[in-house]
Amino acid sequence: MLTYTFRRLLISIPTLLFIAFVIFMLLELAPGDPMAQMPLTIPPEVKEKMRIALGLGEPWWIRFPLWLKQFFIIEPAYWIDNSFGTDLAGGAQRIVSFQSRSPVFDTIAQRLPQTLWVVGMSYVVGVIIALPIGIISAYRQYSVFDQAGTFVSMIGFSVPPFFSGVLLIVIFSVTLGWLPSIYDTTLVVNSWATFKMQIMQMVMPVMVLALQTTAQVSRYMRASMLDNLGQDYVRTARAKGMSESTVVMKHVLRNSMIPVITVIALGIPSIFGGAIITEQIFKVNGLGQLLIIALQGSDIPMVMTLTFLFAILIVMFNLIADVLYGVFDPRIRYD
Amino acid sequence: MPDGADLPAGTTPVLDVQHLKTVFRVRGGEVHAVNDVSFALGAGELLGVVGESGSGKSVTMMSLLGLLPSPPADVRGGTVTFEGEDLLQLPLDKLRKVRGGRIGFVFQDPMTSLNPVFTIGYQIMEPLQEHMGLNKSAARARAQELLELVGIPGAAQRLNDYPHQFSGGMRQRVMIAIALACDPKVLIADEPTTALDVTIQAQIIELMKDLRDKLGMAVIWITHDLGVIAGIADRVVVMYGGQIVEHAPVKELFRNPQHPYTRALLTTIPKISGERARRLTVIQGQPPILGDAPTACPFRDRCDVAIPRCSRENPPRYDLGHNHDAACFVAKGSQHAG
Repeated sequence: MLTYTFRRLLISIPTLLFIAFVIFMLLELAPGDPMAQMPLTIPPEVKEKMRIALGLGEPWWIRFPLWLKQFFIIEPAYWIDNSFGTDLAGGAQRIVSFQSRSPVFDTIAQRLPQTLWVVGMSYVVGVIIALPIGIISAYRQYSVFDQAGTFVSMIGFSVPPFFSGVLLIVIFSVTLGWLPSIYDTTLVVNSWATFKMQIMQMVMPVMVLALQTTAQVSRYMRASMLDNLGQDYVRTARAKGMSESTVVMKHVLRNSMIPVITVIALGIPSIFGGAIITEQIFKVNGLGQLLIIALQGSDIPMVMTLTFLFAILIVMFNLIADVLYGVFDPRIRYD
Repeated sequence: MPDGADLPAGTTPVLDVQHLKTVFRVRGGEVHAVNDVSFALGAGELLGVVGESGSGKSVTMMSLLGLLPSPPADVRGGTVTFEGEDLLQLPLDKLRKVRGGRIGFVFQDPMTSLNPVFTIGYQIMEPLQEHMGLNKSAARARAQELLELVGIPGAAQRLNDYPHQFSGGMRQRVMIAIALACDPKVLIADEPTTALDVTIQAQIIELMKDLRDKLGMAVIWITHDLGVIAGIADRVVVMYGGQIVEHAPVKELFRNPQHPYTRALLTTIPKISGERARRLTVIQGQPPILGDAPTACPFRDRCDVAIPRCSRENPPRYDLGHNHDAACFVAKGSQHAG
């Protein structure tokens, strides 16, 4: 297993370099000008000078390796310097956003907590709700509970967050006035009141996103449980005199979790990608919103870095999913 | 019903099944899979149950222990007396003590009957801990003994192996070890050799014979292989259309089959001596699917000696002497004539 993991890690290096190149060239070929939003009063020759100052004067075969160097060498060096007080970077140029002129990684570090809190929490909540629903739905197939679960899943699948989000705002913020419609990032949790406030502002975005996760994961769980409930080994377990809870929660669940764990692991990178639409609706200034604004402003370094980080996460979690598969299913051995 | 004729005189049954009825509710009606089945099993006896696919052999045995999924299955009536209790009336927690504890079950397909994600040791230890209250190390020692008993070499190491690391025959040995774990009074083997190739079949049959002599338990052996039955059974029950159509001690059955279905079954066995038949003998037609409780002989359409009465009444099991009975008007009639 260890050799397999190591081999897969090695293979992912060229994969990621290729992905980086594709993203870079796509952004290179895409139309758009970082100077487009500058006031029209700035004369064209000044604008041109500003473009050159941003490094856009160089051809792609200079800029791409430079970005690679900044991403893989300079940025980690700054990170180590900050953590351990060393001086590895020696004042080298970091990846800087075209819009804010501040280092891209600093902005990402500011935005990450909001995304992890809201989107990450919604994923956790969604999975925690989904697993029991899936198990009970399968065990009591076609019962009222199962029918209700199917109905809710269908809603979760088919109602987009820009509808459910706005609907929740209309009901709970506008009509009832119970919950704030805007997520306040500046809120510092240091007392019971602020903690309550934080929970209240998180409820709606978390619920909107959790509905989607629940819909998806509970369906997988149900299908996987149904697959296994009909297997011969379940009859064997009953014939051995095992209690229903042992049969279902041990024998069936252990087998059913194998594909579901893969689905859950593969869904984790999308947390970091943020929920672009939901973050916009509730004004959560997380990574999703950061990416949208960067795209609108042709902020190439920001878009490039964010997209590539997502790519790394996706490749890594694919690997993790595969390794988990091998851990949970003794029939699968990679070596 | 010739009560008591099921067992040789003077034996008390370990398991006594009377008038068992099982019905499956399906879309658009019902299927009567087990119709008024009665049989008894003596201590240390090996009862063979034969019949073609769909004759209700497995369903009968699974009904005994409530192993059929319900719905759709519904055990409508009858009694199953085991150690003075009616298994059909027992609450689930008591029934669980019987399952795996005092009645062991071996299933047909060893490839799918073991849980793929648990080790063999774990799966054998489970009933030991559940029914005999053994602690982990005692259960492990017993599991190792059991593996040695069923002839798995290197038992101590193999306890940590997963089912996929065993061959089909070895897995069936493991299944037998699980069924034997708590020293059951009765072992029900549901076509235990059907999914195995012939040499492995022979090994498993030898093993079962051996174990029965060693442990002295009663065995119900379900099969559609008459050759196997001839080799190991003491008595044989022939099932057709969810009913017992003939019942006799094994030698009597093969020497003197009375029900036309049993006779037809016996003629389908290819002979290895004499001239080779140009074609294999078959029983024409299909076994019936019973939408209602039978009101006529279920075999009449495929029977070569059917009389008009066969389509008017369902024949009861007539006692033909020598501990032999058959559900056939013609067999009964010829006995009277002779």
